[in-house]
Amino acid sequence: MTLGEIVKELGLEVLTGNINLNKEIKSGYVSDLLSDVIANIEQDSIWITIQRHINILGVAKLKDVIAIVIPRNLSVEEEVIKKAKEEGIAILRDRRNAFEITGLLYNMLKKAQNK
Amino acid sequence: MLNNSFRFTPHITLEFKIEEKDFFIASESASRIKKTLQQLGIKQDIIKRTAIIIYEAAMNVAIHAIHGALKVYVDPEVISVVTEDVGPGIENVELAMKEGYSTAPQEIREMGFGAGMGLPNIKQCSDELVIDTKIGEGTTLKAKIYLNKNHE
Repeated sequence: MTLGEIVKELGLEVLTGNINLNKEIKSGYVSDLLSDVIANIEQDSIWITIQRHINILGVAKLKDVIAIVIPRNLSVEEEVIKKAKEEGIAILRDRRNAFEITGLLYNMLKKAQNK
Repeated sequence: MLNNSFRFTPHITLEFKIEEKDFFIASESASRIKKTLQQLGIKQDIIKRTAIIIYEAAMNVAIHAIHGALKVYVDPEVISVVTEDVGPGIENVELAMKEGYSTAPQEIREMGFGAGMGLPNIKQCSDELVIDTKIGEGTTLKAKIYLNKNHE
């Protein structure tokens, strides 16, 4: 399932233009502790977190994360969006909370894998 | 091209300076070394473990020390990750190795750092780990990852 398909189906807001929309998402992870993400997130994942400082991009780059999803319409600084574009990491946003987004994404990815 | 039948790992030394609160250098240096190791054709699992050790060790220096350095030595048999810092030292190494124990300040924890997972992550990923620390002077961490050894 591509990031573009996920964005369309869940109606997510895209903050970084066309970046990674055609990339295949294999898995997902939800955590706000960066050490936890570093140790456990899989390659080609979508990562749900309320952390929005610039260092999340370093973590995402190191772990080949395709997209970061920010819940509850929380604000993201322009500097972070700019850096994400430079590093080739998509940032998405949604009005729902992390629990709801995770549930929806989990079901979507599971369904896509069983096809 | 590198492949399994002919793999040559030269001796490589990579070095990064770490300044106080320079958190980005941790992921940046880990990313760069990861790329180098990938180009050398080193196994995925080894690269993953090395990247985690580099990130966490450099992060510890950025969070706790005044300044320090990260050095990574790649040899045909072993990768060594070394951080040396000028800083407060670790008061109780045994306690610091415990998951969830952290002396990081509140504002750093709010950023999702300092969750008490750094040293336990390093220990889990390395084949050998040595920590030398002096209160009020600094800490040296040496982690080794063997290229041809099964990691449990």
